[in-house]
Amino acid sequence: MWEYAPAPESRDIANLKPNYRMFIDGQFVEGAGEPLKTVNPGTEEVLAEVSTAAPADVDKAVKAARRAYDRVWGKMPGSERAKYIFRIARLIQERSRELAVLESLDNGKPIKESRDVDVPTAAAHFFYHAGWADKLAYAGHGPDPRPLGVAGQVIPWNFPLMMAAWKIAPALATGNTVVIKPAETTPLSALVLAEIIQQADLPPGVVNILAGAGDVGAAVVSHPDVDKVAFTGSTEVGKIIQRQLAGTGRRLSLELGGKAANIVFDDAPLDQAVEGIVNGIFFNQGHVCCAGSRLLVQESVADELLEKLRVRVSTLRVGDPLDKNTDVGAINSREQLTKIQQLVETGDAEGAQRWTSACPLPDKGFYFAPTVFSNVSQAMRIAREEIFGPVLSVLTFRTPDEAVAKANNTPYGLSAGIWTEKGSRILWAAQKMRAGVVWANTFNRFDPTAPFGGYQESGFGREGGRTGLEAYLDV
Amino acid sequence: MSENRIAVAKTYKLYIGGAFPRSESGRSYPVVDAKGAFLANAAQGSRKDARDAVGAARKAFAGWSGATAYNRGQVLFRVAEVLEGRREQFIAEVAACEGVTVKKAQSLVDAAIDRWVWYAGWTDKVATVLGASNPVAGPYFSFSVPEPTGVVAVLAPQQSSLLGLISVVAPVIATGNTAVVVTSQDRPLPAVTLSEVLATSDLPGGVVNVLTGRTAEIAPWLASHADVNALDLTGAPESTRADLERAAAGTVKRVLRARPSEDFTREPDLARLRAFLEMKTVWHPIGV
Amino acid sequence: MAAPSTTPSLPPALADAVRDDASLRRFLHGLPGVDQVGVEQRAAGLGTRSIKKASKLWAIDTAIGMVDLTTLEGADTPGKVRSLAAKARRPDPDNPDVPKVAAVCVYPDMVETAVQELRGTGIDIASVATAFPSGRSSLKVKLEDTAYAVDAGATEIDMVIDRGAFLSGRYGQVFDEIVQVKHACGDAYLKVILETGELATYDNVRRASWLGLLAGGDFIKTSTGKVSPAATLPVTHVMLQAVRDWHTQTGELRGVKPAGGIRTTKDAIKYLVAVHEVAGPEWLTPTLFRFGASTLLNDLLMQRRTQLAGHYSGPDYVTVD
Repeated sequence: MWEYAPAPESRDIANLKPNYRMFIDGQFVEGAGEPLKTVNPGTEEVLAEVSTAAPADVDKAVKAARRAYDRVWGKMPGSERAKYIFRIARLIQERSRELAVLESLDNGKPIKESRDVDVPTAAAHFFYHAGWADKLAYAGHGPDPRPLGVAGQVIPWNFPLMMAAWKIAPALATGNTVVIKPAETTPLSALVLAEIIQQADLPPGVVNILAGAGDVGAAVVSHPDVDKVAFTGSTEVGKIIQRQLAGTGRRLSLELGGKAANIVFDDAPLDQAVEGIVNGIFFNQGHVCCAGSRLLVQESVADELLEKLRVRVSTLRVGDPLDKNTDVGAINSREQLTKIQQLVETGDAEGAQRWTSACPLPDKGFYFAPTVFSNVSQAMRIAREEIFGPVLSVLTFRTPDEAVAKANNTPYGLSAGIWTEKGSRILWAAQKMRAGVVWANTFNRFDPTAPFGGYQESGFGREGGRTGLEAYLDV
Repeated sequence: MSENRIAVAKTYKLYIGGAFPRSESGRSYPVVDAKGAFLANAAQGSRKDARDAVGAARKAFAGWSGATAYNRGQVLFRVAEVLEGRREQFIAEVAACEGVTVKKAQSLVDAAIDRWVWYAGWTDKVATVLGASNPVAGPYFSFSVPEPTGVVAVLAPQQSSLLGLISVVAPVIATGNTAVVVTSQDRPLPAVTLSEVLATSDLPGGVVNVLTGRTAEIAPWLASHADVNALDLTGAPESTRADLERAAAGTVKRVLRARPSEDFTREPDLARLRAFLEMKTVWHPIGV
Repeated sequence: MAAPSTTPSLPPALADAVRDDASLRRFLHGLPGVDQVGVEQRAAGLGTRSIKKASKLWAIDTAIGMVDLTTLEGADTPGKVRSLAAKARRPDPDNPDVPKVAAVCVYPDMVETAVQELRGTGIDIASVATAFPSGRSSLKVKLEDTAYAVDAGATEIDMVIDRGAFLSGRYGQVFDEIVQVKHACGDAYLKVILETGELATYDNVRRASWLGLLAGGDFIKTSTGKVSPAATLPVTHVMLQAVRDWHTQTGELRGVKPAGGIRTTKDAIKYLVAVHEVAGPEWLTPTLFRFGASTLLNDLLMQRRTQLAGHYSGPDYVTVD
């Protein structure tokens, strides 16, 4: 029988250093916070030590950003800003392999995803937004839209570099300066992005990158001299931030959790639907806020589809994130792994039928085998709560109206999937979905030109496209 | 470089389908600087060169218009990078051709490179700015998207040999059209050097084709060519403009009646992008 | 429809599908659609699998053993076929451990020569038939063409379907022809060439695949090699899905043969990855998967040498036949 030999990327490519420092006012500096150790979730080994911010460091970063905004960036012609941002895009492309390996080491995602999705999408975001910098008058937000000032941004651990790009690129293009904090468990790629920003010769203070845990994020978003807050993360934290900013008049955009429905009608292209379902929930170990975590399948094809799905999921290779043949990598942290395990247990307890891929798992590291729950009902926790892991809940429906009702029966509203060969039904279902992104006969597609963001408790504001600029403009 | 070294002189040729042929007619004409001193011979493009250029542009159209907007943006930005690398050469040629000071030539070349960057950024934004979803009164999803017109014949401005040239070429190809460009008749050298930049910048052969020669001789053949979809009159001699428009009417070409007096140092608007776009509206029923 | 005596035995649900022209149409058009973007993305995604070391050597030897070494030229001569047969027996004279190929594939009038050269080697002799490559002749001529090849000793017949009939919706006619050619094959294996390059859509590829399987084809094969595009990865994906689904419904294992356009080891390995992951590991055998190719073999041999020697090889070190 044929076995793929391991085809690992060398971790040397990541140019890993023992220590990483924060980036404030154009300099790499030690923060006064307690240093953190970042761990490779694939092996549980410590990768590097990272200095973190104390409240005074946050203040320093915000002051630097303010200075850079007032003196340089806020009044620089768009065409000149554009050229800086183009440089960042090109430098990311040039260092793409290094960034991909680093991202997989720090995050646990398979190298084929960091290589083919995260890093190219990050570069594309800078490239796209660079082009907007001198075209803001055409963006439909008025003839001469003005920046807001200093943007305080906090991003999650699931797409560390890509989220940094989604936050920084539009802020810079619109003339704002940035203080950004990557997640505690995945700070490395953002700090290499800081190197790139230095190599691109951006004026000091235009982008400041801090490290640390939730307390640093809280200090950034609540700093009184921050004009705009952008947060991607859990709904729970999003609500806290929204409360904090209440009454301050400061601008806010939130990109929060989700519990997306992926609806398969009986006339769907079944083999491709299976691919889309797999991509929808097992991409990035299911650590995706827009993951298609609820599969709604029409009863008449449910058995056939589930059988195909199990066969396909059995072929997923789980393991070393640096192996080019790995399909599902490591869960980002022990904490997250525990959370997934707990929610899966509630699925068992509440009577759902659990199927787990028989794939072998590595001995060390945080791994969770792809899991599919069938016979799930809307009342179960695994149908309502965001698991943020490689766990799919399968529900069935009989009529299109029932599918729509079940799909929308959630406080979230980030994304949805529709599978049918019938065009008019796609448009009908898309119209009914209470979700910010609807994919039809595909799933988990991201592009800088296409706005992304949620309804309801999935947040507000959009990232990407013409619409995404609005979040950073005084309109 | 030693002082008594004899420089190697460049042969200025046409640019058709990604190759640099001489004119099939075998003709050339002397190009002189602003004071009348000889600079070089340029190929004097003929009717048949124009025909070949249109053929090359048509052949390149499917691939270029079918490339993703992101890919076109990457390629055009690459052109700007390579332009920047040839900055000194362009400054020398613009100064010689246009008879301006080196300082003025510098600012014209810088503006030309920035202009190219400006258009490079439009490739993936034109559709979002000019396109629309149409709220029609019925159970239909209706949307409109801009698409490139096809092969555009561009008569480049006669005075502004680089900034003007780039200002008329970049918008045509940014949206996915392919171009046949007739350069400034008396100031063609920067255009030929631009061809060399294009040939080494990932731009597929045939997307831009550059003809040097007599505008009044070549233009009528392009204006009447049935496989040309649009015509930019910017550099057309005043006495020929009406005739060219009449010839273009033979196959209902889109004609951009831009004036030769246009000030290319001013920031452009969308006019030149819009001029060579077709709007396509799609309807689809919505229903379960 | 075909006479009952020649109709293949099918499970009830499928027997119903071939009852008459209308049922056949309903069945084929009731198959799930194939989304072009999705299948092409999946094929490209699997194409990024990285195969190294022992796996690569295994894959190369497996691929060599799956080659239908082919010559289908108007200029073919007995001499050409003899040298091809020699190559088939011993692909790399310097390395006798290289496996022999699965079959040689020739025109019917060359079968006799091939039989003489390959007797006792275990290498199959495949012949194209049925007015290959266009299939534009009468059923009578097609059946005689088949019988001619079989009588000359062909152990496998590569027939072409009538694409004109298929595209104009005369599925029953295509079905009958395959059934009758299968009958004419006797004990010879039947490979049904769909000529996917002329079928235009993946939906058609899926329907034609099922048609070929329902009518009793032992293999479904992409192309004649005379039409561009010939074999592509996504088309092969769709056909592998068809044989896998066929197996799920009937328990029978049928084969797939991509032909034409596969020239490099890298390409061949992508196909093997697809076989492994789309159909399943049990298809990784010459009885269920073949490559229709000629130049591919030499690239496989060169890469094999590279793997063993640790440095790159060159075309002068493999034989040109």
